[in-house]
Amino acid sequence: MDNLQTLLEHALAAVAQADSVAGLDQVRVQYLGKKGEITGQLKTLGKLEPEARKAAGAEINSVKEQVQDAIKTRQALLEQQALQQQLTSEAIDVTLAGRSGVVGGLHPVSRTLERIESFFSTMGFQVVEGPEIEDDFHNFEALNIPGHHPARAMHDTFYFDATTLLRTHTSPVQVRTMESSAAPYRIICPGRVYRCDSDLTHTPMFHQVEGLLVDTDITFADLKGILAEFLRDFFEKDLDVRFRPSYFPFTEPSAEMDIQCVMCDGHGCRVCSHTGWLEILGCGMVHPKVFEHVNVDSEKYTGFAFGMGVERLTMLRYGVNDLRLFFENDLKFLRQFQ
Amino acid sequence: MRFSEKWLREWVSPKLTTDELVAQITMAGLEVDSVDQVAGAFNGVVVAEIISAEPHPDASKLQVCKVDAGEAEPLQIVCGAANARPGIKVPCAKIGAVLPGDFKIKRAKLRGVESFGMLCAEQELGMAEASDGLMELPSDAPVGADIRAYLVLDDAAIEVDLTPNRGDCLGIAGLAREVGVLNGMDVTQCAQADVRQTISDTFPVTVEAKSQCPRYVGRVVRGVDLSRPTPIWMVERLRRSGIRSIDPVVDVTNYVLLELGQPMHAFDLNTLQGGICVRLAAEGEQLTLLDGQEIKLSPDTLLIADQSGPLAMAGVMGGEHSGVSGETRDLFLESAFFDPIAIAGKARSYGLHTDSSHRFERGVDFELQHHAMERATALLLEIVGGNAGPVIEVLSAENLPHLPSIQLRRDRIKRILGCDIAEIEVENILGRLGMDMVKTEQGWHIVPPSYRYDIRLEVDLIEELGRIHGYNNLPTTLPILEGLSPKREEALLPVSRIKQVLVDREYQEVITYSFVDKKYIELLTPDQPSVALANPISADMSEMRTTLWAGLLKTATYNLNRQQERLRLFETGLNFIKEGDELQQVDHLGGLIFGGAAQESWFGKVRPVDFYDIKGDVEALLSLTGGASEYTFEPGEHKALHPGQTAEVKRNGKTVGYVGALHPSVQKSLDISQKVYLFELVLPEIRRRSLPEFKELSKYPEVRRDFAVIVDEKISAAAILKNVRETAGSLLTNLVLFDVYQGANLEAGKKSIAFGITLQDSARTLQDDDINPIVDRVVVSLKETFNVTLRE
Repeated sequence: MDNLQTLLEHALAAVAQADSVAGLDQVRVQYLGKKGEITGQLKTLGKLEPEARKAAGAEINSVKEQVQDAIKTRQALLEQQALQQQLTSEAIDVTLAGRSGVVGGLHPVSRTLERIESFFSTMGFQVVEGPEIEDDFHNFEALNIPGHHPARAMHDTFYFDATTLLRTHTSPVQVRTMESSAAPYRIICPGRVYRCDSDLTHTPMFHQVEGLLVDTDITFADLKGILAEFLRDFFEKDLDVRFRPSYFPFTEPSAEMDIQCVMCDGHGCRVCSHTGWLEILGCGMVHPKVFEHVNVDSEKYTGFAFGMGVERLTMLRYGVNDLRLFFENDLKFLRQFQ
Repeated sequence: MRFSEKWLREWVSPKLTTDELVAQITMAGLEVDSVDQVAGAFNGVVVAEIISAEPHPDASKLQVCKVDAGEAEPLQIVCGAANARPGIKVPCAKIGAVLPGDFKIKRAKLRGVESFGMLCAEQELGMAEASDGLMELPSDAPVGADIRAYLVLDDAAIEVDLTPNRGDCLGIAGLAREVGVLNGMDVTQCAQADVRQTISDTFPVTVEAKSQCPRYVGRVVRGVDLSRPTPIWMVERLRRSGIRSIDPVVDVTNYVLLELGQPMHAFDLNTLQGGICVRLAAEGEQLTLLDGQEIKLSPDTLLIADQSGPLAMAGVMGGEHSGVSGETRDLFLESAFFDPIAIAGKARSYGLHTDSSHRFERGVDFELQHHAMERATALLLEIVGGNAGPVIEVLSAENLPHLPSIQLRRDRIKRILGCDIAEIEVENILGRLGMDMVKTEQGWHIVPPSYRYDIRLEVDLIEELGRIHGYNNLPTTLPILEGLSPKREEALLPVSRIKQVLVDREYQEVITYSFVDKKYIELLTPDQPSVALANPISADMSEMRTTLWAGLLKTATYNLNRQQERLRLFETGLNFIKEGDELQQVDHLGGLIFGGAAQESWFGKVRPVDFYDIKGDVEALLSLTGGASEYTFEPGEHKALHPGQTAEVKRNGKTVGYVGALHPSVQKSLDISQKVYLFELVLPEIRRRSLPEFKELSKYPEVRRDFAVIVDEKISAAAILKNVRETAGSLLTNLVLFDVYQGANLEAGKKSIAFGITLQDSARTLQDDDINPIVDRVVVSLKETFNVTLRE
């Protein structure tokens, strides 16, 4: 049986030397296959006495099992090595850029408009739009600004002819809404407006959002509440606000609303001219004459209107320091707002 | 309006610092724009008299002056000013003085001559931006007096930006009234008795334009001496209010304008002929204004005229011919009330804006004219002497503004402001504002004073209450809003969703001006009538856009000139298109692509974009609202686009836009180096969608059959697919074109098209007997319609 022991040693050595799954399989066939050397040993058992056959059989089976176990172990190891090799060979530079992993972006003014619209929508305001080429009636007359009014000088108007013009604010949309539907109203009117003015701090076109809330029980206190809430939401800061008396022909009482400077938290800086305050929007209670023009009963209904410049809010929110950048459309500027 | 704080404080002087006063009036609606000290910070400067001035021995431009500065001995001071001469009084900075900019005055030697101080110009004292020579003080200035005290220089010039409704504050008197109300203080009126009439001369006045000029007050003053100077205190007050001293008569009228808010005018009596007539201009009349401008008068212009013709544009500016000059001995003074509407817009229509028109168009107190006349005459007689005649007045009482009687209801105050204001406070505020009050059951009857043109309605009074009470002392609430949640329509796609598709496909939104250079309109939409601005800012912003491509191409050029190599841009907004007499303002969505189909990367060479890139973007957009089942792309024509690469986009047969390559000749004239692709869609036409409708899913398998056909290259893919879709019948669930081939193995002028059809029945598994007839039908139809051959 020395022979068997030698066979076992050879087989185990062959298993240990096999360096691939395929090589290992050859070893398996060589020793354990149908014509394998260990299988061949089993075939010799028939020639033995029954007594000896039993003992020899057990011995050969033990060798067979030892070789089978060794192959199994060796196979697991080789598979593990092969996998490891595959993984290593398939490694890539994951820091290289992916395919078309870029998106474009909205214009910063659109971004601000969407935020404003989203706030007022949750407050129940409807977004309404209107024409940009307007008539004198809707832009001025119906808003209590007759032809000779000094307030017209505040609006440097682009004209097409004596009565056709580019709207100087989005208030005409409010007028059109009140003309065509019955109170109550709860609307905001975003859009492009135009003034014949072009310098460091004025562009001949800019954007406004105006709002109108008319109901049976709306007061100046409500105006203060909603607008303060809006600005706190917009700047995501618990800002101090203040209201200063002002004048607009279409509201009475009228106010300018200031917020604590968002650049210096009210300590005073260049942006707020060292006052700690920023003028942010105009507002007031709708003038009875405006109601009269659109047949709303000012005894039954009261309401407020407000208007704000979208570029100004955008500049303050993101620290943009030059208004004219908005309409130059330099991609290096626009891409900062992706 | 710019004013001197000291002047205001003569009328009313609350215990507030300048900063506190400025904050107070700003918060009352009189917004302060700026506060400037009227002189720089300096000390040690006194009034001095030049006794002698001798040429400097070694410097041609310098003089050696002996100066009496109120000390025991005269000082020797070397001075370079041309106007230094014996006898004049000037500010003198003595040794030890500190001038603005921390400039210390020391003993000095100038070209070998000792100098013990410095004679000063206005600029050196921070009283002017620039000055020409020494500041000459009046001959009665007390030698040795500190100049700060003598000129009252510890004063601030406050610029207040008044809203158009507050014409009543365009004078010290009005500002003082406001400050008095805010501080609950009485205001000192400048005490003044009527001027003693010493001659009986008058000058005839007739008023034809009675409604435009309800009150005209005039007076003759004879024997004035215009060689006398305006007193320094008046010159200083004018300067601090931003007005230059001209001559004593003009200075006095300006002073009264600043003090009381009443514009006045002085004529040289001896130039007037016949009498004054206030009338409207006649056709063709002309007037040369004080500033030398020749004006053609329009017939609605209110004039002061005499027998010879127009003398002055009423309430705006006087004429050159009848103005006061150095030789004037006799004056005719005018203090009139012109109706705001008669003056409003007039100055502007002639390109003028004066202190006078600014006040008249906002409304001058119509009870002020006599008072102003007396004040001006008193000041004049004091300065230039002379004898005053009686005051004459032409009055048309029925044309004076009517003071309304306004009902103010207690409950209305709360309904507007959101809180009650105590009765005693209401009465105190309105009383101090000069309102007449009668208590009624519901509140009060109020008559506003003659200077408050902005108080006409109940809300105007409520605003005054809120304003004086303080907006920031009113409550802040959030209203409880019921009902009325905004209408939202699922079938109407939000524009933001459409924009999002483009942003996700690498497009950058731009916003360009709605007015463009006409050259773009002519290049892009030459057949489209457009509208032009009457008063554009510049020629390249004069025409309303007819297509968004104008702004997109301009933006493309701008960025290409700044080293951008790849562009994907879009914009939304109105186009302005004239159709007959109608102007259409329609919302559009436009896009532009240029450069590589992808960003430059390590994957290898990037191919340039082509038609199918932009078409794919448009298809993605349109898939939101119906896709291929509603939209078709047909070969189209557009003046701006390449004739062989233009698709007209139609929705259910109606044109909704264009996609294509920019026409090479347009591209060339815009100086763009490579191909540009564009699309534009009518936004409202692509926002409607139908809501999804559920269909039962089939349990049975799908069957696919592929075809390859050879067809004339002119036959469009769309035509073939349409034919297949129609002939395949109701079992067709999908149709896909997966190959187009032209070239080797094919006859010239032919192309091969390969497509697959997918069939499915909802009730059973399809067998060959079901499928083969459909396949045959498709092939036969293609053969008959397009003469195709099947490819083996």
